[in-house]
Amino acid sequence: MTNKINKKQKIIAIIGGLAIGAVNGFFGGGGGMLCVPLLQQGMKLEAKKAHATAILTILPISVVSLIIYMIGGHLPLKQGAIISGGVVAGGVLGALLLGKLPSKAVGIIFALLMIVAGGKLLFF
Amino acid sequence: MTAKSITKSTVIRYSYLLLIIMKIIILIIIGIIGGTFGGMGMGGGTLLIPLLTTFGDVSQHAAQSINLAAFLPMAVVALIIHFVKKRVVPKYALLIAIPAMITAIPSAILAIRFEGHILARCFGGFLVVLGVWQMYRVIKIKRITNNE
Repeated sequence: MTNKINKKQKIIAIIGGLAIGAVNGFFGGGGGMLCVPLLQQGMKLEAKKAHATAILTILPISVVSLIIYMIGGHLPLKQGAIISGGVVAGGVLGALLLGKLPSKAVGIIFALLMIVAGGKLLFF
Repeated sequence: MTAKSITKSTVIRYSYLLLIIMKIIILIIIGIIGGTFGGMGMGGGTLLIPLLTTFGDVSQHAAQSINLAAFLPMAVVALIIHFVKKRVVPKYALLIAIPAMITAIPSAILAIRFEGHILARCFGGFLVVLGVWQMYRVIKIKRITNNE
């Protein structure tokens, strides 16, 4: 199933990896949104495998970044624990909803939310 | 009788308690919203961070740290499922993660040295770019499936 990685793919992976690390470290997230298309288009993985492999890719980067943020004194433990509880519950909910909601509509709503939230941060 | 026993300080105490409970509920709701998008395979974190800074009274740095922390339990559970279903390609993960680690460390150090409001503005720009790109991808995929 997994073909041999050719030289071009290796270069794409390394350049993509450098970009993903820079983004995920600086913004504390967003690496997965770059990693999935990199694995899909660059490495020619099917969608499900790309999503799964992206999680494994982002995990060590997030751990290292988190340690640095914690050294900087930026992790409020109580708030973090409460929100993480919500995130895990939401994660289960999202996994259950997957395939039941129209994915394109959800994708468009998600994109709009990002543009609105980003615009607000950028200009206000 | 009871009106007399409720002193000013107890009112303050109870409203303070109520405020804390409300804050906790808001944080949980924000977490659920972010987690739901994450569980559906979209970048939940990219939405969790602005929700936290806008509605959760959390600083930009703290929101980014919380996002990184909240990702970990989700990732472990999801990975176990994906490993069982043989969807993970560790060779590819390693190939991308090693160069990513090299840039993640200095850029995280850079982030904690940035002032919060400047980091928030950079993050806003990042969100707009990601949002536009996401929109393009969704519409493009839609068009392809429509043609088929």
